[in-house]
Amino acid sequence: MNSMLLLLVMGVGAGVLGAILGIGGGMIITPVLTIMMGLDIKYAIGASIISVIATSSGSTIAYLKDDMLNLRVAMFLEIATTVGAIMGALLVGVFSSNFLYVLFGFFLLYSTYNMIRKLMDKKGESVYTGHDPIVDKFKLSSTYYDKAEQKQIDYSMKNVPGGFIMMWAAGLASGLLGIGSGAFKVIAMDTIMKMPLKPSSATSNLMMGVTAAASATVYFFNGSIRPDIAAPLAIGVLVGATIGARLMQVLKPRIIRMIFIPIILYMGVQMALKGFGVNI
Amino acid sequence: MNNNTHEETRQVELVIGKILRIGVVTSAIVILIGMALYFMGGSGYASGEFPRRFMAIFAGVAAGKSYAVIMLGVFLLILTPVLRVVVSIYAFYKEHDNLYVIITTIVLVILIFAMFMGYRS
Repeated sequence: MNSMLLLLVMGVGAGVLGAILGIGGGMIITPVLTIMMGLDIKYAIGASIISVIATSSGSTIAYLKDDMLNLRVAMFLEIATTVGAIMGALLVGVFSSNFLYVLFGFFLLYSTYNMIRKLMDKKGESVYTGHDPIVDKFKLSSTYYDKAEQKQIDYSMKNVPGGFIMMWAAGLASGLLGIGSGAFKVIAMDTIMKMPLKPSSATSNLMMGVTAAASATVYFFNGSIRPDIAAPLAIGVLVGATIGARLMQVLKPRIIRMIFIPIILYMGVQMALKGFGVNI
Repeated sequence: MNNNTHEETRQVELVIGKILRIGVVTSAIVILIGMALYFMGGSGYASGEFPRRFMAIFAGVAAGKSYAVIMLGVFLLILTPVLRVVVSIYAFYKEHDNLYVIITTIVLVILIFAMFMGYRS
């Protein structure tokens, strides 16, 4: 009963944060389950997958209603991510996972540096509105209403092939290493494709559920998803994600970026160290 | 940008939102029923045991076992992103966006392939 209550409360927290940032919350859930509750990593990964799907489904309802996410970008890039995830699952054992942890870890650290530079930019959060042949062909540009700034923001994007490759790599990483790919998705859209941060986060939320569903059946049928853990967690995360999706819209993009930076810094350090054999 | 395209997309997104909400609420209710059953009469299985294959889950649900009901709810939750993709295909079809009908169908095929791989393994 107590552990169920703890899972419920933790789920709410992970859901709120995940919905705001477009990440799955595995980085919060896995350490709590393994270190605090002494659970086998196998069940922690199963729980993370459920948390990702619940965050995605809970927040997407609100983001669709408020026209925050970009469905075309999501479906277009989802091809890259799911193909990457399947390739990753098939290639487990072919590549050294240590090397990949170091690679993705350093990429996150580099992204942290980029995000800090963007935060320090005197011009504030700039919106790219230029034209690009691929963006036009695939009708990717869109618009959203920013409740914090109280204005409609039309946006375009660029570097679509770069974003596509990044999404493929994000999928590959999740398939190979069993890690969530939400942070990489946000970076692909925000940093590489120059989409505004809010639609990037909302679109990542939509996408990560689809990516996670692709691998969820493996964990469901091999018994990694335990009902006593999944049930309170799923309910908590659904509630949290619903709250988080509303909260995100009234936050200034700058504030969201300030929350995002320490998280990817932490993830980057953790992954790089893991690659060198140090677990924190 | 083209306002017409955006207005069409808007309608599509509202429809998807409604259907997705039904899917999520259904899975949440099933999980909550399972949790209520658990607090009333335990898991219905030996300690550490729970059903994970369809036959066992359906048999457990029919027998009113709480863990089986929860697993059914969790599986419904796993299906909600699939539902999202299916509804998106229909929505793009409604707005005559053939390019995105194709793109989203490709996503669905890959997704089902991956889920099937997971069931087999």
